[in-house]
Amino acid sequence: MDVGGAALTSVLAPDPVRSETPTAVSRPLPAWLLAIVPLAFLALFFGWPVVRIIARGLSSESLQVLSRPETWRVIGFTFGQAVLSTVLTLLVGLPGAYVLNRYAFPGRRLLLAVATVPFVLPTVVVGLAFRALLPAAWVGTLGAILVAHVFFNYAVVVRVVGSLWAHIDPRYEQAARTLGGSPWRVLRTVTWPLLRPAVLAAAALVFLFTFTSFGVVLVLGGPTTVTLEVEIYQRTAQLLDLAGASALAVLQIAGLGLVLLVSASLQSRLAVGQKLRADPTETLVRPRRPGQRLLFAGVLATILVLLVAPMAALVLRSVRVDGGWGLDWWRALDSIDAGTTRYAPPLASLRVSLTYAVVAAVLAVLIGGLAAMAVAYARRGARLLDTAVMLPLGTSAVTVGFGLLITFAQAPLDLRGSWIMVPLGHTLIAVPLVLRTVLPVLRSVDPRLRQVAGSLGAGPLRAWSTVDLPLLSRALGIAAGFAFAVSLGEFGATAFLARSDAPTLPVQIVRLLGRPGAQPYGAAMALATVLMVVTAAVMLSTERLRRGHAGQM
Amino acid sequence: MTAALTVSDVTVYYGERLLLDRVGLAVQPDEVVCLLGPSGSGKSTLLQVIAGLQVPASGRIRWYDEDLTAVPTHRRGFGLVFQDPLLFPHLDVGRNVAYGLRAAGMPRTEAADRVEDLLALVDLAGCARRRAVTLSGGEAQRVALARALAPNPRLLLLDEPFGALDRELRDRLAVDVRALLHRLGTPAIHVTHDIVEAQLVGDRVVRLADLTGGGCAPV
Amino acid sequence: MRRLTFVFGATVSALLLAACAGGSGGGTAASTAADVGSPPAASFAPVTVTLLAHDSFAVTQKVLDAFTARTGITVKVVTGGDAGEVVNKAVLTAGNPEGDVLFGVDNTLLSRALDARLFAPYRAQALGEVRPELAALVPGYAVTPIDYGDVCVNLDDRWFAAHGVLPPQTLADLTDPKYKGLLVVENPATSSPGLAFLLATIARYGDSGYLDYWKQLRANGVQVVNGWTEAYEGAFSGGSQGGTKPIVVSYASSPPAEIVYAKDPKPTRPSTSVMSDGCFRQVEFAGVLRGTEHEQAARAVVDWMLTAAFQADVPLSMFVFPARAGTPLPEVFQKFAATPKQPLTLPPADIAKNRQRWVDDWTSAVLR
Repeated sequence: MDVGGAALTSVLAPDPVRSETPTAVSRPLPAWLLAIVPLAFLALFFGWPVVRIIARGLSSESLQVLSRPETWRVIGFTFGQAVLSTVLTLLVGLPGAYVLNRYAFPGRRLLLAVATVPFVLPTVVVGLAFRALLPAAWVGTLGAILVAHVFFNYAVVVRVVGSLWAHIDPRYEQAARTLGGSPWRVLRTVTWPLLRPAVLAAAALVFLFTFTSFGVVLVLGGPTTVTLEVEIYQRTAQLLDLAGASALAVLQIAGLGLVLLVSASLQSRLAVGQKLRADPTETLVRPRRPGQRLLFAGVLATILVLLVAPMAALVLRSVRVDGGWGLDWWRALDSIDAGTTRYAPPLASLRVSLTYAVVAAVLAVLIGGLAAMAVAYARRGARLLDTAVMLPLGTSAVTVGFGLLITFAQAPLDLRGSWIMVPLGHTLIAVPLVLRTVLPVLRSVDPRLRQVAGSLGAGPLRAWSTVDLPLLSRALGIAAGFAFAVSLGEFGATAFLARSDAPTLPVQIVRLLGRPGAQPYGAAMALATVLMVVTAAVMLSTERLRRGHAGQM
Repeated sequence: MTAALTVSDVTVYYGERLLLDRVGLAVQPDEVVCLLGPSGSGKSTLLQVIAGLQVPASGRIRWYDEDLTAVPTHRRGFGLVFQDPLLFPHLDVGRNVAYGLRAAGMPRTEAADRVEDLLALVDLAGCARRRAVTLSGGEAQRVALARALAPNPRLLLLDEPFGALDRELRDRLAVDVRALLHRLGTPAIHVTHDIVEAQLVGDRVVRLADLTGGGCAPV
Repeated sequence: MRRLTFVFGATVSALLLAACAGGSGGGTAASTAADVGSPPAASFAPVTVTLLAHDSFAVTQKVLDAFTARTGITVKVVTGGDAGEVVNKAVLTAGNPEGDVLFGVDNTLLSRALDARLFAPYRAQALGEVRPELAALVPGYAVTPIDYGDVCVNLDDRWFAAHGVLPPQTLADLTDPKYKGLLVVENPATSSPGLAFLLATIARYGDSGYLDYWKQLRANGVQVVNGWTEAYEGAFSGGSQGGTKPIVVSYASSPPAEIVYAKDPKPTRPSTSVMSDGCFRQVEFAGVLRGTEHEQAARAVVDWMLTAAFQADVPLSMFVFPARAGTPLPEVFQKFAATPKQPLTLPPADIAKNRQRWVDDWTSAVLR
């Protein structure tokens, strides 16, 4: 099973074997035991702080916020741009999902990796890249935000939908064609019903990400593009209107929780128990017909223009000096603010970012791995646990950051100023991604294999380690790469949890952006390029992990 | 008598390997030809080429005098039954069988009647509302057969359709299928690696190896 | 003289403490009425004082090191966001602060900070050297003014010369159709200079008149962007990214900044200037946080910020003016920094009370 891709799907299809009563051999530990650590972590570092900051703010004034038309305007705008973003991403991404997962051509894996990099890029980097690329009139408009959202979430559609598409037995479509179905009819009546759950899963994820989008809207947006996240940020951090912010935060969590639940149940209702192809490479087809070639060319062009061009623009901007070319901004990196208390040598920022990323990745893999096992082996409550783990993705970073600030302010848990706060914040965001990456793998393991091991004399734990562990380790490796990359680029929560160490790369980039003169701007571009390259390198190396994965079942 | 289907000089590569080398074959309007050959020899690929699902490096397919090279699959009118029934999992038995009829534009009620007739033909009368996943292997394969026959294909291609079934079922179905095909007057190419099955089903048994190398198609 | 100051300080502080009944409560034991006014020791056993500041805070490392060498106090600078964020975070943790000293609360945030009783009052040693109009802003010594700046309308002289247009002179001029589509301002909801400019218009036209002024500006094609960088570097024709608008809301210190940040060889004069009407005064304060464990050392840090060395460093580090009267300004400031005679101001308490309403009304009038 294609791990990185089956990655973000919540429910691909109900495996027929799931209806079997899990025997003692089918799981190494009871689900509730596995769930203790993840739940405790979530409760301590997410649930409690969020409840505290919201409770602090909620008052009768909160209802006032809800009665103002401006509030509903913001909610409406947020919802609208998320829907638009989702639709656009699907439209642009579905052809990509098909071409990159069903056509065989040289460089396919590389292109797939390139298409995935944007997803883990820091939002500030992406914002900058588009500022460098788009005409000035676009900045601050809805259009710029939509384009950036499609850039980010293209990978979600390509991987989530593409992974299922690669595994759909092409013979279904072939059978339909021999029965007289035209290509369009086949697409509509056979392919689409089989693909629907994945498309829905992808749509739900894209909606979630774009609804809560913060960095992009902050960097690319303008005064007229205020989303709920930005509004919560402004009310909390700028106006200290906790009453209003709390009301909005509650609305956001409730609304997104609802969306998550609805989409999860829709997905399982629409799921089709089809026979999936274990080795997707067998279904790859060389594009020969003119229609196929045209589609391939179209997708290639999309990737070049939409994904590669902004990243290239960033690199180019970092070496563009006064209308010519030069390495001035790169050389300036080490000397900006030298001699003042603001001096942040780029190597120090890099070191700090990498350290946080390692810590966050380790924590996320541990907690996320346990959570994935708990959800996979649970008899009841799996969906609730699943949604609970996903919630941090749907909660405003400001809310979480400030919640952490007021919660861990007293001994014995006075963690303020402790270096662990930032990686903890990153872990909260990385754990959902680890869950989504590992869970499909666990679910796809044929429990009969464990039963075979059991019949050969292996106890539950040994059977598990023989059958599940190899798959799980590889999936965890990929998830670790994901978590690492996400931590590197995290901006929202990090910015609020101030530290006196060197700032992380994204924070430093945003700080440079706020300074006068051409030099800090150029230096920000250079630093963003560094961040982009490091992130891309991490993602490309986890791609190599996936390579040997096909057909591992 | 002019052959119904004429395959000439079909060549297919699998990567660098030559899979089918100038294969030629002729099928008469009322015969069932059994194609024998070991696994991996390209039998399925030949069927795919005939059905239009794969483009050969060279060669042509003719139906009587009509050159089918440029005709897409859904207009060739060739039915195909795979080793796996591959019933559309999101449709029930009746809708599966009716797929080809609906694709041709037949109204729903008329199609439903025809579906009943076909299901009776394969001994599965009254199963139209059953969900595809609840069928046994043999039942599903028979539904697949009914589905392929529904749009009155002018040629039926069977790719080891009984491979997943047990011996007894296989023999029984083989006899049934042959009788059915003769009754309908549909020519067919039946691919298998089992010589017993081949002799049960086919009017004529040929080996893939004998068909390669170009020259005149053996009759 | 010192005795009198001592008694005066002690009395005021006693009154202050009495007014905030139960005030510091469990705070540091050192905070008794008797020694609020007393200067801290001249040197300390090695101790680290955490200074919370906004992202724009900067001081030359040498000045800081000299302070550490002299007193034994290590200053750990912790920055986290802009002034509003830093103050709000402190308010959320009032009485149990993350640091010992807070720098960066300005006159728009002052009331909020004082209402939350963020600070432990301390009358800085050099308070007498501070410009009287700044010191008068804080009657209770809760905070100490450290620097000030003016948010003004900046003009691209080169553009106006090239187009043969006379630059605007007053706020009212900005509504003149002659300047249609030439002005870019920052969103007061997200930007400190943006807010300051809004407050300037309120100070000028009053609570009842400012919205009409803004509607005229809107009709005259004003462009609103979210932050200072987008306005000055991005949209302003005198900025570095090739913008097209010659009128922008920025700082009185932007012209000298232009020279300091230019590439070598540096120009001899700036190409931008400042409109002297309509400037809004921003004052930045620092204070000892209530509940700190190192109150004495914290006071020493506040004192340090008013020393001649620190104050002289302020212009080129933060591009604001030193609060201490008589501090020598760098040449580029002397020549090119404008100091408006009558900057507009509003009482901090009014700002705290009405800010939200003003910003919301402005948003409706200008952006919707």
